[in-house]
Amino acid sequence: MFATSPSNSRLQATLTLVPVAFVVLSVYVGGVLWAAGISFTRSSMLPNYRFAGFTQYINLFSNARWHVSLTNMALFAVIFIPVTLFIGYSLAAMINRGVRGENALRTIYLYPFAMSFIVTGLVWRWLFDPNYGIADVARKLGFENASFDWIVNADTAIFTIIFAAVWHSSGLVMVVLLAGLRGVDDDLWKAIRIEGIPAWKAHLYIIVPSIGASITTALVLMCLTVVRLFDVVVAMTGGGPGIATDVPAKFIIDHMFERQQVGLASAAATTLLLLVLLVSVPLLYLKNRRKGAVE
Amino acid sequence: MTTENGRAPVHRNAYAAPLSRALTYVLLIAIAIVVLIPLYVMIVTAFKSMEEIRTGTLLSLPHALTFEYWSKAWNSACTGLRCEGLKVGFVNSVLITIPSVALAIAAGAVTGYALSFWRVRFANVLFTVLLIGGFFPYQVLIYPLVHITSTIGLFNSLAGVIAVHVVFALPVVTLLFRNYFATIPIDLFKAARVDGAGYWRFFFSILLPMSVPMIAVAGILQVTFIWNDYIVGLVFGGINYAPMTVQLNNIVHSTYGEREYNVEMAATLLTSIIPLLVYFTSGRWFVRGVASGAVKG
Repeated sequence: MFATSPSNSRLQATLTLVPVAFVVLSVYVGGVLWAAGISFTRSSMLPNYRFAGFTQYINLFSNARWHVSLTNMALFAVIFIPVTLFIGYSLAAMINRGVRGENALRTIYLYPFAMSFIVTGLVWRWLFDPNYGIADVARKLGFENASFDWIVNADTAIFTIIFAAVWHSSGLVMVVLLAGLRGVDDDLWKAIRIEGIPAWKAHLYIIVPSIGASITTALVLMCLTVVRLFDVVVAMTGGGPGIATDVPAKFIIDHMFERQQVGLASAAATTLLLLVLLVSVPLLYLKNRRKGAVE
Repeated sequence: MTTENGRAPVHRNAYAAPLSRALTYVLLIAIAIVVLIPLYVMIVTAFKSMEEIRTGTLLSLPHALTFEYWSKAWNSACTGLRCEGLKVGFVNSVLITIPSVALAIAAGAVTGYALSFWRVRFANVLFTVLLIGGFFPYQVLIYPLVHITSTIGLFNSLAGVIAVHVVFALPVVTLLFRNYFATIPIDLFKAARVDGAGYWRFFFSILLPMSVPMIAVAGILQVTFIWNDYIVGLVFGGINYAPMTVQLNNIVHSTYGEREYNVEMAATLLTSIIPLLVYFTSGRWFVRGVASGAVKG
């Protein structure tokens, strides 16, 4: 009986959490604080601890490549998030009307998400190929002057990456929102029908606000995609032409390993983390508050 | 909408007119086709000769069914200096994925359990920090992890890659299990306690058998994520343990001379086969996991 006494079991629960606490403290807290500390040093190839004040941050924000990276991330967020949300919601709303072959359709829409961003990038690189890709199909269909060279053009290459990312994530957003739509009370639909509210109005003003929690989840997932944007850029354009499609994550990895400017890379990483916290903490708060309201 | 007859259709919001229903199907099918095009193009390109690729179009079907390019991608395509094909990366990806997923699920389940039924001091603080950590961009944690793994001698080793994957998977898997355990009635726990079940006994004999669906969901999602990972394999695997995604990218981006689109697409498909198989055979669990929001991106 001794082995099952409550205090003994609670001790075991505490012991179970020790390794996790160790990982959290050493990586998620300690590691991040250490990296933030490095950003205030002169570290170049290897970390050192010679204090440099805000030098690395000053260098970072006068670095043209960093500006390009941030601009691309902002552009990406501003287009990718609304477009994916719109497509995902439309698909979910149409499927929710009760269509035949729902499972097959859902499976098709979500399969891109099961593929890696490297694969996604390589496939779309091939599709956007100016010689043999979609441009070639257009030319052979009779549009002889079709020159679809977005991917090799510095001004437009970022849009091809956004396109690939929308393809990758729309199904995910659809599934998340469909789960939300399935939870909408039938009475609400009945009321909408009786009142004769036009479909688009009903969706925009009644249904969307009532699935706020699912929308927030989708937003969080899309924000994470934006911040972590790396693989698809590496696979599709390698950040090029030139630095035209560079993104913060690629900037950080390149400066950390290839250019061996650890201090600068840490300053960039810390800046990115602050941006993430600035966006995710309010979203998380919103999500938990909604959850609390439902329970 | 017409409501004169006073009898609302039983079907959920099926108030649309037949025309708009037809339009819905047209739209849904058109989008499905667009979504499928990349997969179709990948498959047909992998069977075409370079001559066919130049003269035909992206969408045309291959003339012959040859596995020449598949075999080249698998056996002899060059990934940087070595020309041993993707098979090396496949073995590495298997060696990385299986232990990483198993350990991540074990750690997540046990942690979720300790956080759910037991009032441990500071448990909520720990869980909150872990959750916030799940939102950190990988790029922020990579350098500290390089420092930690090289200090303990795990950098550029299989164990190092696995350890980093487990650390990155921990927040989401823990969340998944904790939320699942929260749905289990506390009375079950109390009854088991009265019957004398100890800490581990309750976990292994009662909780774990109930958690099979959650284990399946977490397992399928993690297999997909870890197999598809690029950055962890790139940074921590070194040359010897580069996973398939890293080798694939090297094959495509380190070609000298004429690019072989057919070999590239065969290699791309080979890299996606495992996640696609997992997805198409167990899509239901995959959807369930995704719908519960247990995705990190």
